Amino acid sequence: MKRLRFPGLWITLILVIGVGIIPAINGSASLRESMFTILMSVALASSLNIILGYTGYVSFGHIVFFGVGGYLGFYVISQHGWNILPAMLVGGLSAAILAFLLGATVLRLRGAYFALATIGINEAMRALVINIPILGGPVGMEMHFSEYKKYGGPMQALWMVYWSVLIVTVLTIVVSYYVKKSKFGLGLMAIREDEDAAEVMGVVAPRAKTWAYVLSAIFPGIIGVLFFFKNGNIEPGDAFRLQFSIELIVMVMLGGAGTVLGPVIGSGIYQQLRKVLLTSPIFKNIQLAVAGFLLLLIILFIPSGAVGWLRSKSVKLRRVLE
Amino acid sequence: MILQVQHVTKRFGGLTAVNDVTFDLPKGQILGLIGPNGAGKTTLFNCINGVYSPTEGKIIFNGKDITGSPTYKAAALGLSRTHQIVRPLNELSVEQNVVVGACYGREKLGLRKATAVADEIMEFVGIRERADQLASSLNVAQKKRLEMARALAARPYLLLLDEVLAGLNTAEVSSMLDTIRNIRERGVTIIMIEHIMHAVMSLSDRIIVLNYGELIAAGTPDEVSQNPEVIEAYLGDPGLAAQLLEEERA
Repeated sequence: MKRLRFPGLWITLILVIGVGIIPAINGSASLRESMFTILMSVALASSLNIILGYTGYVSFGHIVFFGVGGYLGFYVISQHGWNILPAMLVGGLSAAILAFLLGATVLRLRGAYFALATIGINEAMRALVINIPILGGPVGMEMHFSEYKKYGGPMQALWMVYWSVLIVTVLTIVVSYYVKKSKFGLGLMAIREDEDAAEVMGVVAPRAKTWAYVLSAIFPGIIGVLFFFKNGNIEPGDAFRLQFSIELIVMVMLGGAGTVLGPVIGSGIYQQLRKVLLTSPIFKNIQLAVAGFLLLLIILFIPSGAVGWLRSKSVKLRRVLE
Repeated sequence: MILQVQHVTKRFGGLTAVNDVTFDLPKGQILGLIGPNGAGKTTLFNCINGVYSPTEGKIIFNGKDITGSPTYKAAALGLSRTHQIVRPLNELSVEQNVVVGACYGREKLGLRKATAVADEIMEFVGIRERADQLASSLNVAQKKRLEMARALAARPYLLLLDEVLAGLNTAEVSSMLDTIRNIRERGVTIIMIEHIMHAVMSLSDRIIVLNYGELIAAGTPDEVSQNPEVIEAYLGDPGLAAQLLEEERA
Protein backbone atom coordinates (compact mmCIF):
# COMPACT_ATOMS: atom_id res chain seq x y z
CA MET A 1 0.00 0.00 0.00
CA LYS A 2 1.23 3.44 -0.87
CA ARG A 3 1.83 5.52 2.20
CA LEU A 4 -0.38 8.52 2.58
CA ARG A 5 1.61 11.66 1.90
CA PHE A 6 0.27 14.01 4.54
CA PRO A 7 -1.26 11.77 7.20
CA GLY A 8 -1.32 14.55 9.80
CA LEU A 9 -3.41 16.76 7.55
CA TRP A 10 -5.79 14.06 6.36
CA ILE A 11 -6.53 12.75 9.83
CA THR A 12 -7.44 16.23 11.00
CA LEU A 13 -9.53 17.07 7.94
CA ILE A 14 -11.42 13.77 7.93
CA LEU A 15 -12.21 14.27 11.61
CA VAL A 16 -13.51 17.81 11.10
CA ILE A 17 -15.45 17.13 7.92
CA GLY A 18 -16.79 13.82 9.24
CA VAL A 19 -18.14 15.42 12.38
CA GLY A 20 -19.13 18.55 10.47
CA ILE A 21 -21.58 16.80 8.13
CA ILE A 22 -23.45 14.94 10.90
CA PRO A 23 -26.04 17.75 11.32
CA ALA A 24 -26.83 17.55 7.61
CA ILE A 25 -27.54 13.84 7.84
CA ASN A 26 -30.12 14.03 10.58
CA GLY A 27 -31.13 17.63 9.77
CA SER A 28 -31.27 18.61 13.42
CA ALA A 29 -31.16 22.36 14.01
CA SER A 30 -30.01 22.08 17.62
CA LEU A 31 -27.18 19.76 16.67
CA ARG A 32 -26.27 22.19 13.92
CA GLU A 33 -26.11 25.01 16.44
CA SER A 34 -23.82 23.17 18.81
CA MET A 35 -21.68 22.00 15.88
CA PHE A 36 -21.50 25.60 14.71
CA THR A 37 -20.04 26.60 18.07
CA ILE A 38 -17.50 23.79 17.95
CA LEU A 39 -16.43 24.48 14.35
CA MET A 40 -16.14 28.16 15.09
CA SER A 41 -13.95 27.37 18.10
CA VAL A 42 -11.82 25.04 15.98
CA ALA A 43 -11.20 27.78 13.43
CA LEU A 44 -10.49 30.42 16.07
CA ALA A 45 -8.25 28.16 18.14
CA SER A 46 -6.34 26.96 15.05
CA SER A 47 -5.79 30.56 14.03
CA LEU A 48 -4.63 31.53 17.50
CA ASN A 49 -2.30 28.53 17.40
CA ILE A 50 -0.29 30.12 14.57
CA ILE A 51 0.83 32.99 16.78
CA LEU A 52 0.57 31.21 20.15
CA GLY A 53 1.68 27.69 19.34
CA TYR A 54 4.05 28.15 16.41
CA THR A 55 5.51 31.56 17.19
CA GLY A 56 5.26 31.44 20.98
CA TYR A 57 3.52 34.78 21.44
CA VAL A 58 0.57 34.62 23.83
CA SER A 59 -2.09 36.71 22.14
CA PHE A 60 -4.42 37.09 25.10
CA GLY A 61 -6.88 39.39 23.42
CA HIS A 62 -7.04 37.51 20.15
CA ILE A 63 -10.81 37.85 20.08
CA VAL A 64 -10.28 41.46 18.96
CA PHE A 65 -9.93 40.22 15.37
CA PHE A 66 -13.21 38.31 15.61
CA GLY A 67 -14.80 41.49 16.96
CA VAL A 68 -13.38 43.92 14.43
CA GLY A 69 -14.02 41.62 11.46
CA GLY A 70 -17.49 40.86 12.77
CA TYR A 71 -18.32 44.53 13.27
CA LEU A 72 -17.20 45.74 9.87
CA GLY A 73 -18.70 42.77 8.05
CA PHE A 74 -21.96 43.15 9.93
CA TYR A 75 -21.95 46.87 9.17
CA VAL A 76 -21.77 46.40 5.40
CA ILE A 77 -24.45 43.69 5.52
CA SER A 78 -26.93 45.38 7.82
CA GLN A 79 -26.45 49.00 6.76
CA HIS A 80 -25.55 48.65 3.10
CA GLY A 81 -27.22 45.38 2.17
CA TRP A 82 -24.01 43.66 1.03
CA ASN A 83 -23.96 39.98 0.30
CA ILE A 84 -22.36 37.69 2.90
CA LEU A 85 -19.40 36.73 0.71
CA PRO A 86 -17.96 40.22 0.14
CA ALA A 87 -18.79 40.97 3.77
CA MET A 88 -16.64 38.01 4.81
CA LEU A 89 -13.83 39.47 2.73
CA VAL A 90 -14.28 42.82 4.49
CA GLY A 91 -14.14 41.04 7.85
CA GLY A 92 -11.02 39.03 7.03
CA LEU A 93 -9.26 41.94 5.40
CA SER A 94 -9.98 44.43 8.17
CA ALA A 95 -8.72 41.98 10.80
CA ALA A 96 -5.60 41.37 8.72
CA ILE A 97 -4.91 45.09 8.30
CA LEU A 98 -5.38 45.68 12.01
CA ALA A 99 -2.97 42.84 12.79
CA PHE A 100 -0.45 44.22 10.31
CA LEU A 101 -0.56 47.68 11.87
CA LEU A 102 -0.38 46.29 15.40
CA GLY A 103 2.35 43.88 14.39
CA ALA A 104 4.84 46.65 13.80
CA THR A 105 4.31 47.95 17.33
CA VAL A 106 3.13 45.35 19.86
CA LEU A 107 5.16 42.48 18.46
CA ARG A 108 8.28 44.28 19.68
CA LEU A 109 7.13 43.37 23.16
CA ARG A 110 7.97 39.97 24.52
CA GLY A 111 6.42 37.57 26.99
CA ALA A 112 3.98 38.96 29.50
CA TYR A 113 4.21 42.47 28.05
CA PHE A 114 2.91 41.30 24.70
CA ALA A 115 0.07 39.37 26.36
CA LEU A 116 -0.92 42.44 28.38
CA ALA A 117 -0.77 44.69 25.33
CA THR A 118 -3.15 42.43 23.41
CA ILE A 119 -5.67 42.63 26.25
CA GLY A 120 -5.32 46.40 26.10
CA ILE A 121 -5.96 46.42 22.37
CA ASN A 122 -9.13 44.38 22.76
CA GLU A 123 -10.46 46.72 25.45
CA ALA A 124 -9.45 49.77 23.43
CA MET A 125 -11.30 48.50 20.36
CA ARG A 126 -14.37 47.82 22.45
CA ALA A 127 -14.23 51.37 23.82
CA LEU A 128 -13.66 52.75 20.34
CA VAL A 129 -16.65 50.93 18.85
CA ILE A 130 -18.88 52.10 21.71
CA ASN A 131 -18.05 55.64 20.68
CA ILE A 132 -18.72 55.28 16.97
CA PRO A 133 -22.36 56.18 16.30
CA ILE A 134 -22.52 54.66 12.81
CA LEU A 135 -21.57 51.28 14.32
CA GLY A 136 -24.44 51.63 16.77
CA GLY A 137 -22.46 52.83 19.79
CA PRO A 138 -23.00 50.92 23.02
CA VAL A 139 -26.17 49.15 21.85
CA GLY A 140 -24.67 47.81 18.64
CA MET A 141 -26.52 47.08 15.43
CA GLU A 142 -29.38 44.89 14.31
CA MET A 143 -29.99 43.35 10.97
CA HIS A 144 -33.32 43.46 9.20
CA PHE A 145 -34.92 40.07 8.90
CA SER A 146 -35.31 40.55 5.17
CA GLU A 147 -31.53 40.12 4.74
CA TYR A 148 -32.06 36.37 5.15
CA LYS A 149 -34.51 36.34 2.24
CA LYS A 150 -31.63 36.82 -0.20
CA TYR A 151 -30.53 33.35 0.67
CA GLY A 152 -33.94 31.74 0.38
CA GLY A 153 -35.26 32.44 3.88
CA PRO A 154 -33.89 32.15 7.42
CA MET A 155 -33.70 28.36 7.40
CA GLN A 156 -31.60 28.26 4.23
CA ALA A 157 -29.51 31.17 5.42
CA LEU A 158 -28.65 29.36 8.64
CA TRP A 159 -27.59 26.25 6.74
CA MET A 160 -25.61 28.38 4.34
CA VAL A 161 -23.80 29.97 7.29
CA TYR A 162 -23.16 26.54 8.74
CA TRP A 163 -21.54 25.25 5.53
CA SER A 164 -19.53 28.44 5.27
CA VAL A 165 -18.15 27.95 8.76
CA LEU A 166 -17.26 24.37 7.90
CA ILE A 167 -15.42 25.54 4.77
CA VAL A 168 -13.60 28.32 6.62
CA THR A 169 -12.63 25.86 9.36
CA VAL A 170 -11.24 23.42 6.81
CA LEU A 171 -9.31 26.27 5.16
CA THR A 172 -7.91 27.34 8.53
CA ILE A 173 -6.65 23.83 9.19
CA VAL A 174 -5.07 23.56 5.75
CA VAL A 175 -3.33 26.92 6.26
CA SER A 176 -2.24 25.88 9.74
CA TYR A 177 -0.78 22.65 8.35
CA TYR A 178 1.07 24.28 5.49
CA VAL A 179 2.44 27.01 7.73
CA LYS A 180 3.78 24.38 10.08
CA LYS A 181 5.39 22.42 7.26
CA SER A 182 6.83 25.42 5.45
CA LYS A 183 10.10 27.29 5.69
CA PHE A 184 8.11 30.21 7.06
CA GLY A 185 6.73 27.99 9.83
CA LEU A 186 10.17 26.69 10.67
CA GLY A 187 11.29 30.28 11.10
CA LEU A 188 8.33 30.89 13.43
CA MET A 189 9.20 27.86 15.53
CA ALA A 190 12.81 29.03 15.70
CA ILE A 191 11.51 32.35 17.03
CA ARG A 192 9.41 30.48 19.58
CA GLU A 193 12.42 28.54 20.86
CA ASP A 194 14.87 31.45 20.99
CA GLU A 195 14.14 34.67 19.17
CA ASP A 196 17.65 36.10 19.47
CA ALA A 197 19.31 32.89 18.32
CA ALA A 198 16.85 32.71 15.42
CA GLU A 199 17.83 36.21 14.33
CA VAL A 200 21.51 35.33 14.56
CA MET A 201 20.73 32.47 12.16
CA GLY A 202 19.13 34.95 9.79
CA VAL A 203 15.43 34.72 10.57
CA VAL A 204 14.01 38.21 10.05
CA ALA A 205 11.94 38.00 13.20
CA PRO A 206 10.03 41.29 12.98
CA ARG A 207 8.77 40.43 9.51
CA ALA A 208 8.01 36.77 10.25
CA LYS A 209 6.12 37.63 13.44
CA THR A 210 4.05 40.26 11.69
CA TRP A 211 2.97 37.84 8.95
CA ALA A 212 2.19 35.16 11.52
CA TYR A 213 0.03 37.66 13.38
CA VAL A 214 -1.73 38.69 10.16
CA LEU A 215 -2.38 35.05 9.21
CA SER A 216 -3.75 34.32 12.65
CA ALA A 217 -6.12 37.30 12.38
CA ILE A 218 -7.71 36.68 8.96
CA PHE A 219 -9.89 33.69 9.81
CA PRO A 220 -11.19 35.08 13.11
CA GLY A 221 -12.23 38.17 11.14
CA ILE A 222 -14.18 36.04 8.66
CA ILE A 223 -15.71 33.87 11.38
CA GLY A 224 -16.85 37.01 13.18
CA VAL A 225 -18.91 38.04 10.16
CA LEU A 226 -20.56 34.61 9.92
CA PHE A 227 -21.29 34.46 13.63
CA PHE A 228 -22.97 37.85 13.86
CA PHE A 229 -24.82 37.38 10.58
CA LYS A 230 -26.30 34.21 12.07
CA ASN A 231 -27.11 36.04 15.31
CA GLY A 232 -28.80 38.93 13.53
CA ASN A 233 -27.32 41.50 15.88
CA ILE A 234 -23.99 42.65 17.21
CA GLU A 235 -23.01 44.34 20.48
CA PRO A 236 -19.62 45.51 21.74
CA GLY A 237 -19.81 43.10 24.69
CA ASP A 238 -20.37 40.08 22.44
CA ALA A 239 -17.81 41.08 19.84
CA PHE A 240 -14.92 41.80 22.19
CA ARG A 241 -15.59 39.22 24.91
CA LEU A 242 -12.24 38.73 26.64
CA GLN A 243 -13.59 35.63 28.37
CA PHE A 244 -13.87 33.90 25.00
CA SER A 245 -10.28 34.84 24.29
CA ILE A 246 -9.18 33.08 27.46
CA GLU A 247 -11.27 30.04 26.60
CA LEU A 248 -9.52 29.88 23.22
CA ILE A 249 -6.15 29.73 24.95
CA VAL A 250 -7.45 26.88 27.12
CA MET A 251 -8.58 25.03 23.99
CA VAL A 252 -5.21 25.41 22.28
CA MET A 253 -3.27 24.37 25.39
CA LEU A 254 -5.63 21.47 26.12
CA GLY A 255 -5.23 19.96 22.66
CA GLY A 256 -1.58 20.87 22.25
CA ALA A 257 -0.07 24.20 21.29
CA GLY A 258 2.04 24.10 18.16
CA THR A 259 0.29 21.05 16.70
CA VAL A 260 -2.25 21.06 13.87
CA LEU A 261 -4.62 18.53 15.41
CA GLY A 262 -4.33 19.93 18.96
CA PRO A 263 -6.58 22.98 18.66
CA VAL A 264 -9.19 20.80 16.89
CA ILE A 265 -9.28 18.21 19.66
CA GLY A 266 -8.97 20.88 22.34
CA SER A 267 -11.94 22.87 21.02
CA GLY A 268 -14.07 19.75 20.74
CA ILE A 269 -13.31 18.60 24.28
CA TYR A 270 -13.62 22.04 25.77
CA GLN A 271 -16.96 22.83 24.15
CA GLN A 272 -18.38 19.47 25.25
CA LEU A 273 -17.12 20.09 28.76
CA ARG A 274 -18.56 23.57 28.72
CA LYS A 275 -21.96 22.24 27.67
CA VAL A 276 -21.93 19.76 30.57
CA LEU A 277 -20.84 22.43 33.03
CA LEU A 278 -23.39 24.98 31.86
CA THR A 279 -26.25 22.55 32.30
CA SER A 280 -25.09 21.34 35.69
CA PRO A 281 -26.69 23.16 38.65
CA ILE A 282 -23.46 23.12 40.64
CA PHE A 283 -21.04 24.30 37.97
CA LYS A 284 -23.09 26.60 35.76
CA ASN A 285 -21.97 29.73 37.61
CA ILE A 286 -18.34 28.79 38.02
CA GLN A 287 -17.86 27.45 34.52
CA LEU A 288 -15.02 29.85 33.80
CA ALA A 289 -13.30 29.00 37.07
CA VAL A 290 -13.25 25.40 35.92
CA ALA A 291 -11.64 26.53 32.66
CA GLY A 292 -8.99 28.40 34.61
CA PHE A 293 -8.34 25.41 36.83
CA LEU A 294 -8.10 23.21 33.76
CA LEU A 295 -5.52 25.55 32.23
CA LEU A 296 -3.52 25.39 35.45
CA LEU A 297 -3.56 21.59 35.42
CA ILE A 298 -2.51 21.44 31.77
CA ILE A 299 0.40 23.81 32.25
CA LEU A 300 1.54 21.96 35.37
CA PHE A 301 1.19 18.38 34.16
CA ILE A 302 0.92 18.18 30.37
CA PRO A 303 2.25 21.48 29.01
CA SER A 304 2.41 20.01 25.53
CA GLY A 305 -1.33 19.24 25.57
CA ALA A 306 -3.12 16.05 24.57
CA VAL A 307 -1.65 15.76 21.06
CA GLY A 308 1.81 16.81 22.20
CA TRP A 309 1.66 14.17 24.91
CA LEU A 310 0.60 11.47 22.45
CA ARG A 311 3.34 12.50 20.06
CA SER A 312 5.95 12.19 22.77
CA LYS A 313 4.78 8.64 23.52
CA SER A 314 5.70 6.91 20.30
CA VAL A 315 7.55 7.44 17.05
CA LYS A 316 4.62 5.98 15.10
CA LEU A 317 2.19 8.53 16.53
CA ARG A 318 4.68 11.30 15.82
CA ARG A 319 4.59 10.31 12.18
CA VAL A 320 0.81 10.40 11.81
CA LEU A 321 -0.20 13.16 14.24
CA GLU A 322 0.80 16.71 13.47
CA MET B 1 40.01 41.96 3.63
CA ILE B 2 36.91 40.08 4.63
CA LEU B 3 36.50 41.97 7.89
CA GLN B 4 37.70 45.36 9.04
CA VAL B 5 37.11 46.40 12.62
CA GLN B 6 37.85 50.09 12.96
CA HIS B 7 38.18 51.84 16.32
CA VAL B 8 35.31 49.90 17.84
CA THR B 9 34.30 50.95 21.32
CA LYS B 10 31.40 49.60 23.35
CA ARG B 11 30.35 51.19 26.62
CA PHE B 12 27.70 49.94 29.02
CA GLY B 13 26.98 52.96 31.18
CA GLY B 14 30.29 53.71 32.86
CA LEU B 15 31.92 50.44 31.87
CA THR B 16 33.98 50.34 28.71
CA ALA B 17 33.83 46.71 27.64
CA VAL B 18 35.64 47.19 24.34
CA ASN B 19 37.95 50.14 23.89
CA ASP B 20 39.09 51.40 20.50
CA VAL B 21 39.80 48.03 18.94
CA THR B 22 41.10 47.97 15.37
CA PHE B 23 42.14 45.00 13.26
CA ASP B 24 41.86 43.62 9.74
CA LEU B 25 41.20 40.04 8.83
CA PRO B 26 42.28 38.67 5.45
CA LYS B 27 40.21 36.00 3.75
CA GLY B 28 40.90 32.37 4.59
CA GLN B 29 42.71 32.89 7.86
CA ILE B 30 41.98 31.66 11.34
CA LEU B 31 42.25 34.50 13.81
CA GLY B 32 42.52 33.62 17.48
CA LEU B 33 40.95 36.08 19.91
CA ILE B 34 42.27 35.57 23.41
CA GLY B 35 42.32 37.40 26.69
CA PRO B 36 41.51 36.88 30.34
CA ASN B 37 37.91 36.50 31.51
CA GLY B 38 35.96 39.72 31.16
CA ALA B 39 38.38 41.16 28.62
CA GLY B 40 35.53 41.95 26.22
CA LYS B 41 35.98 39.14 23.71
CA THR B 42 32.34 38.10 23.50
CA THR B 43 31.27 41.76 23.53
CA LEU B 44 33.49 42.31 20.51
CA PHE B 45 31.80 39.35 18.77
CA ASN B 46 28.45 40.83 19.65
CA CYS B 47 29.47 44.13 18.08
CA ILE B 48 30.71 42.41 14.94
CA ASN B 49 27.57 40.39 14.22
CA GLY B 50 25.12 43.06 15.36
CA VAL B 51 23.85 41.83 18.72
CA TYR B 52 25.14 45.15 20.04
CA SER B 53 25.55 48.36 18.17
CA PRO B 54 29.04 49.68 18.92
CA THR B 55 29.18 53.00 20.77
CA GLU B 56 31.89 54.18 18.40
CA GLY B 57 33.68 52.77 15.41
CA LYS B 58 32.88 50.80 12.31
CA ILE B 59 32.52 47.18 11.26
CA ILE B 60 33.11 46.55 7.57
CA PHE B 61 32.31 43.10 6.26
CA ASN B 62 33.21 42.21 2.68
CA GLY B 63 33.38 45.90 1.85
CA LYS B 64 29.96 46.66 3.35
CA ASP B 65 29.51 48.79 6.42
CA ILE B 66 27.39 46.65 8.77
CA THR B 67 27.86 48.74 11.90
CA GLY B 68 24.75 48.48 14.06
CA SER B 69 22.69 46.53 11.54
CA PRO B 70 20.62 43.67 12.97
CA THR B 71 22.02 40.17 13.35
CA TYR B 72 19.85 38.73 10.59
CA LYS B 73 21.42 41.13 8.10
CA ALA B 74 24.89 39.95 9.05
CA ALA B 75 23.68 36.37 8.66
CA ALA B 76 22.29 37.10 5.20
CA LEU B 77 25.62 38.59 4.12
CA GLY B 78 27.48 35.47 5.20
CA LEU B 79 28.54 36.12 8.77
CA SER B 80 27.61 33.28 11.13
CA ARG B 81 28.47 32.60 14.72
CA THR B 82 28.18 30.14 17.55
CA HIS B 83 27.34 31.06 21.11
CA GLN B 84 29.54 30.55 24.12
CA ILE B 85 26.53 29.41 26.10
CA VAL B 86 24.83 27.11 23.62
CA ARG B 87 21.40 28.16 22.41
CA PRO B 88 19.79 25.15 20.77
CA LEU B 89 16.19 25.42 19.58
CA ASN B 90 15.19 22.87 22.20
CA GLU B 91 11.82 21.65 21.01
CA LEU B 92 12.98 21.23 17.42
CA SER B 93 14.89 18.23 16.16
CA VAL B 94 18.62 18.42 15.54
CA GLU B 95 17.94 18.33 11.82
CA GLN B 96 15.39 21.15 12.01
CA ASN B 97 17.91 23.25 13.92
CA VAL B 98 20.42 22.87 11.12
CA VAL B 99 17.77 23.38 8.44
CA VAL B 100 16.93 26.76 10.01
CA GLY B 101 20.55 27.74 9.48
CA ALA B 102 20.47 26.67 5.84
CA CYS B 103 17.05 28.21 5.13
CA TYR B 104 17.79 31.60 6.56
CA GLY B 105 21.54 31.88 6.06
CA ARG B 106 23.44 33.42 3.20
CA GLU B 107 21.90 31.27 0.48
CA LYS B 108 18.29 31.41 1.74
CA LEU B 109 17.60 27.92 0.49
CA GLY B 110 14.17 26.36 0.12
CA LEU B 111 13.22 23.56 2.52
CA ARG B 112 14.18 20.70 0.23
CA LYS B 113 17.64 22.00 -0.65
CA ALA B 114 18.18 23.15 2.92
CA THR B 115 17.47 19.64 4.16
CA ALA B 116 20.07 18.24 1.77
CA VAL B 117 22.63 20.81 2.95
CA ALA B 118 21.73 20.06 6.57
CA ASP B 119 22.29 16.35 5.99
CA GLU B 120 25.71 17.00 4.58
CA ILE B 121 26.70 19.42 7.36
CA MET B 122 25.45 17.09 10.11
CA GLU B 123 27.60 14.37 8.62
CA PHE B 124 30.54 16.77 8.45
CA VAL B 125 30.39 17.81 12.12
CA GLY B 126 29.41 14.33 13.25
CA ILE B 127 25.86 14.66 14.56
CA ARG B 128 24.13 12.92 11.68
CA GLU B 129 22.99 9.96 13.76
CA ARG B 130 21.24 12.38 16.14
CA ALA B 131 19.23 14.06 13.37
CA ASP B 132 15.79 13.03 14.65
CA GLN B 133 16.44 13.64 18.32
CA LEU B 134 15.21 16.79 20.01
CA ALA B 135 18.02 19.32 20.36
CA SER B 136 17.36 19.47 24.11
CA SER B 137 18.36 15.82 24.46
CA LEU B 138 21.96 16.36 23.30
CA ASN B 139 24.90 16.51 25.68
CA VAL B 140 27.16 19.56 25.88
CA ALA B 141 29.70 18.38 23.31
CA GLN B 142 26.92 17.53 20.86
CA LYS B 143 25.22 20.86 21.47
CA LYS B 144 28.47 22.64 20.63
CA ARG B 145 28.62 20.68 17.42
CA LEU B 146 25.01 21.56 16.74
CA GLU B 147 25.83 25.26 17.18
CA MET B 148 28.61 24.81 14.68
CA ALA B 149 26.44 22.86 12.24
CA ARG B 150 23.76 25.54 12.29
CA ALA B 151 26.33 28.24 11.63
CA LEU B 152 27.96 26.25 8.82
CA ALA B 153 24.66 25.37 7.17
CA ALA B 154 24.30 29.06 6.41
CA ARG B 155 27.37 28.68 4.16
CA PRO B 156 29.09 31.66 5.75
CA TYR B 157 32.13 33.53 4.48
CA LEU B 158 33.11 34.34 8.04
CA LEU B 159 32.48 32.19 11.08
CA LEU B 160 32.76 33.46 14.64
CA LEU B 161 33.42 30.62 17.07
CA ASP B 162 32.86 31.56 20.70
CA GLU B 163 34.60 29.01 22.94
CA VAL B 164 33.51 25.93 21.09
CA LEU B 165 36.08 23.89 23.01
CA ALA B 166 35.08 24.92 26.52
CA GLY B 167 33.59 22.11 28.55
CA LEU B 168 34.81 19.38 26.21
CA ASN B 169 37.06 16.52 27.31
CA THR B 170 40.47 15.90 25.73
CA ALA B 171 39.22 13.49 23.09
CA GLU B 172 36.36 15.78 22.17
CA VAL B 173 38.73 18.75 21.94
CA SER B 174 41.05 17.04 19.50
CA SER B 175 38.19 15.86 17.31
CA MET B 176 36.72 19.38 17.35
CA LEU B 177 40.11 20.79 16.31
CA ASP B 178 40.06 18.54 13.27
CA THR B 179 36.60 19.78 12.45
CA ILE B 180 37.73 23.41 12.66
CA ARG B 181 40.68 22.70 10.37
CA ASN B 182 38.32 21.08 7.90
CA ILE B 183 36.07 24.12 7.99
CA ARG B 184 39.02 26.33 7.10
CA GLU B 185 39.85 24.02 4.22
CA ARG B 186 36.40 24.72 2.85
CA GLY B 187 37.48 28.34 2.48
CA VAL B 188 35.68 29.75 5.51
CA THR B 189 37.45 32.51 7.41
CA ILE B 190 37.29 32.00 11.16
CA ILE B 191 37.66 34.10 14.28
CA MET B 192 37.81 31.95 17.38
CA ILE B 193 37.62 32.95 21.00
CA GLU B 194 39.39 30.29 22.99
CA HIS B 195 40.88 29.72 26.41
CA ILE B 196 42.58 26.42 25.68
CA MET B 197 46.00 27.77 24.73
CA HIS B 198 47.50 24.81 22.93
CA ALA B 199 44.43 24.67 20.73
CA VAL B 200 44.34 28.31 19.79
CA MET B 201 48.13 28.40 19.31
CA SER B 202 48.14 25.43 16.96
CA LEU B 203 45.12 26.51 14.91
CA SER B 204 45.50 30.25 14.50
CA ASP B 205 47.36 32.01 11.73
CA ARG B 206 47.25 35.16 13.79
CA ILE B 207 46.23 36.01 17.30
CA ILE B 208 44.95 39.18 18.86
CA VAL B 209 44.83 39.70 22.60
CA LEU B 210 42.30 41.76 24.54
CA ASN B 211 42.73 42.91 28.09
CA TYR B 212 40.25 45.22 29.85
CA GLY B 213 38.68 45.88 26.48
CA GLU B 214 41.88 47.01 24.85
CA LEU B 215 43.84 45.30 22.15
CA ILE B 216 47.23 44.77 23.77
CA ALA B 217 48.94 42.55 21.24
CA ALA B 218 48.58 41.11 17.75
CA GLY B 219 50.76 38.77 15.75
CA THR B 220 51.61 35.17 15.06
CA PRO B 221 51.08 32.67 17.88
CA ASP B 222 54.77 32.66 18.64
CA GLU B 223 55.06 36.43 18.77
CA VAL B 224 52.05 36.74 21.00
CA SER B 225 53.12 34.04 23.42
CA GLN B 226 56.49 35.76 23.86
CA ASN B 227 54.92 39.15 24.46
CA PRO B 228 55.55 40.14 28.08
CA GLU B 229 52.42 42.27 28.25
CA VAL B 230 50.29 39.29 27.23
CA ILE B 231 51.96 37.04 29.73
CA GLU B 232 51.40 39.56 32.45
CA ALA B 233 47.75 40.04 31.51
CA TYR B 234 47.21 36.33 31.80
CA LEU B 235 49.31 35.36 34.72
CA GLY B 236 50.53 38.45 36.48
CA ASP B 237 53.98 37.01 37.12
CA PRO B 238 56.15 36.65 33.99
CA GLY B 239 58.41 34.10 35.64
CA LEU B 240 55.56 31.77 36.42
CA ALA B 241 54.13 32.33 33.00
CA ALA B 242 57.32 31.31 31.28
CA GLN B 243 57.40 28.21 33.38
CA LEU B 244 53.80 27.33 32.54
CA LEU B 245 54.37 27.89 28.85
CA GLU B 246 57.34 25.55 29.01
CA GLU B 247 55.16 22.90 30.57
CA GLU B 248 52.51 23.44 27.96
CA ARG B 249 55.02 22.85 25.20
CA ALA B 250 56.42 19.72 26.80
